[in-house]
Amino acid sequence: MKSSNQASLNQLLNSYGYLFFFVIIAIAGSIFTPNFISLNTLRNVLVQMTPVLITGLAMTIAISSGGLDISIGSIMAVSSMCCAKTLSIGILPAIVIGITVGIFFGFVNGFIISRFKVEPIIITLATMIAGRGIAQVLNEGKVFIFYEPQFTDWAFIRIGNIIPIQVLVMLIAILIIWFLVRRTVFGVYVQALGDNVKAAGIAGINTYAITLVVYVICGIMAGVSGIMETSRLTIADASQVGLGIEMDAIAAVALGGTPLTGGVANIFGTVIGCMTIQMITVIINMNNLSTAYAYLMKGIVLILAICIQNLDVRGR
Amino acid sequence: MENQMILKIENLNKNFFGVAALRKVNLEIPRGDIHALVGENGAGKSTLIKILTGLYQKDSGSIYFDGSMIESHDVLDAQKLGITAIQQEMNFIPYMSIAENIYLGREIKKNGRINWNDANRQARELLLSLGIDVDVAEKMNRQSAAVQQMVSLARAISVNAKLIIMDEPTSSLDKNEVEVLFKVMRDLKNRGITLIFITHRMNELYEMCDSLTVLRDGEVVGQSSVADITYLELVSQMIGQDAANIIGERTKPERTFDKDAVILKAQNISMFPKVNDMHLKVAKGEILGLAGLLGSGRSETARILFGAMQPDTADILIHGNKVKLNNTRTAKKLKLGFCTEDRKVDGNIPNMSVLDNLTLANLPSLSKFGIISNKKRDTIAKEYVKTFNIKTSGLNQKMVNLSGGNQQKVLLSRWISTNPEILILDEPTRGIDVGAKAEIEKFIHKLSGDGIGIILISSEMEELVRMSDRVIVIRDGYKLGELTGARLTVDSIMKEIANTRISDISDVEGSNEK
Repeated sequence: MKSSNQASLNQLLNSYGYLFFFVIIAIAGSIFTPNFISLNTLRNVLVQMTPVLITGLAMTIAISSGGLDISIGSIMAVSSMCCAKTLSIGILPAIVIGITVGIFFGFVNGFIISRFKVEPIIITLATMIAGRGIAQVLNEGKVFIFYEPQFTDWAFIRIGNIIPIQVLVMLIAILIIWFLVRRTVFGVYVQALGDNVKAAGIAGINTYAITLVVYVICGIMAGVSGIMETSRLTIADASQVGLGIEMDAIAAVALGGTPLTGGVANIFGTVIGCMTIQMITVIINMNNLSTAYAYLMKGIVLILAICIQNLDVRGR
Repeated sequence: MENQMILKIENLNKNFFGVAALRKVNLEIPRGDIHALVGENGAGKSTLIKILTGLYQKDSGSIYFDGSMIESHDVLDAQKLGITAIQQEMNFIPYMSIAENIYLGREIKKNGRINWNDANRQARELLLSLGIDVDVAEKMNRQSAAVQQMVSLARAISVNAKLIIMDEPTSSLDKNEVEVLFKVMRDLKNRGITLIFITHRMNELYEMCDSLTVLRDGEVVGQSSVADITYLELVSQMIGQDAANIIGERTKPERTFDKDAVILKAQNISMFPKVNDMHLKVAKGEILGLAGLLGSGRSETARILFGAMQPDTADILIHGNKVKLNNTRTAKKLKLGFCTEDRKVDGNIPNMSVLDNLTLANLPSLSKFGIISNKKRDTIAKEYVKTFNIKTSGLNQKMVNLSGGNQQKVLLSRWISTNPEILILDEPTRGIDVGAKAEIEKFIHKLSGDGIGIILISSEMEELVRMSDRVIVIRDGYKLGELTGARLTVDSIMKEIANTRISDISDVEGSNEK
């Protein structure tokens, strides 16, 4: 028999487990890693987590709608390649093209999922495979090297010489998505859809349109993320950009307390989830350990986090 | 004497997070009785059942089953002791056959392999002994709710259950199926099995049960034999004296409406084979009842009228203008509202708040450029929570944590807040307690008084008679006739359903035009 103290502790862990892990890993990091608590570490964590966070935000929406989008990594690669290859026309047109590619892929995903009622994981798996192929075909499988200092310098801008430009982009993205989820009709509809699609339909919600928009948002965010990566890496590598990022994004969403069954979108949780995952990578790197350990750690933390969030308040 | 009681509970207590769910419960159930456990939603019935079946552990008190005391036990222990529950939401494996489900976990084996012949034969014999003739090799999910229930019962018998707890077994059955179930229940009783029967339908209780226990707010407030308690006494025990007075007043009020102010007129509605040439009309402020057994096509008719199902043919006129209801959004724009038959399936958004659920259908008008006005939304929600007396700990409470009656009130509010002209209510009082039911019936009357045309579907004939101005009787998707005024009685509805043959339809109709 559990006391009510135990029960309320469980509830607390249920709701705020993601913060708990973040704090534990931050503490562990600062104990075992020399120079961990420094502006440089923070900057590293923030800059490197940008693509995961941007796609993770979109993934939060997709998952809360009862779906999933595993094609984001491949969309990033296609966007990256298209953007890089068109830089010669001009930076702005290239960025627009990169994002349009994202919208196109998102539209295809969303259209097939909503019209043909196919499992999102299957369709986005198909576009994930095909997308990676398209990205590689675009430059015959080779890394595309370009020289456009204005475009590549952008990624290294620091606001007031301290804050990387990526942080600003992330803040804007977080604000927009948070607003979308918490304050708009769309946000409520998405979560209603994820919780009970039949009831949402009876309530007069256009479930097709909402689903379509969800995947278009994923496409846009993947496009933005692909372009930012291209700018930071100063090359477009079709076989590496966004590779496996969908898994990190899903992990961040799960770590952040958004249930994979849909119905709830925890934006703040996803942000913390991303930071936790990235922090693990940085800690492993700073301790000169192989990245294999980072994978191992991420896996363990994910398992622990999910178990803790699902602690059954027994006897309920 | 002690041994005449199959179950004896003394001073049972159970708390959740410091809130008492059961308080000093004392209970005795005579062996071989059909014992009714009654009380409103939230009275503690489910908690008690879950303690008996080992899902929950008691905080204190003692339970004696079949003469010996049970200490802590889990679900498996309970089954071994002979306590089985037939759940409201049935638990079986949908893609397995009937026989597989009956012998799940106790497969009949020969040389280490499952002996399908024997299993199927035994399953069939068992079901036949209950008067059920089905192909036991068929998958479970293809069976009707009634057969599924019989299979659960058969399984209980085959594990030698001594006490079977049946939690609202009749709520998803039609009248004939209920009869079959009752026959089986009597048969079980003759075999010496004790039954605990939970139902919201009082006539079933009086028909079937020998003894009863009334729970209110986690306490036993009454225990007697069914023969010794009148309906009124029982209801006042269940809901307290004050609430009982409300129900005492529940008579058909004087109703006035302009029957020529037709809002919705529908003709030639066909969706083979469920709905055949259905036609109906509803006037401003009128309550039109749809009577018929489960599967008669009444819910399908409702869905077609709301654009949630596409018929083969339909001529639907709203205010005299022909409309095409391609989807629910069109219906909503045309000022229709629809509360579905099963809240859990397509009503509730379970994990969203009361606030979100209540304003879901009305959200566009509470927002500008897609951005929700929290102030407007809160105001509307608070208003409805107050007028409908919705019991919730707050607007942010999850829908799933509300009782059935309060969920229904939220769903009603969801549609009423869209200012509909026509409200389609499919079983609005199903599975909710007596008090909430009386309240909801009162609201429906009030809504029609405000000029909303209401299409009401109910399995409960008394309710239809009490509520409706006019009742359409449906069987096998055909409209059999209309009843109104003095001819609108439970008897005449039953007669229409039972006697009329399809070939007689035209006659009946002619005689029913006003």
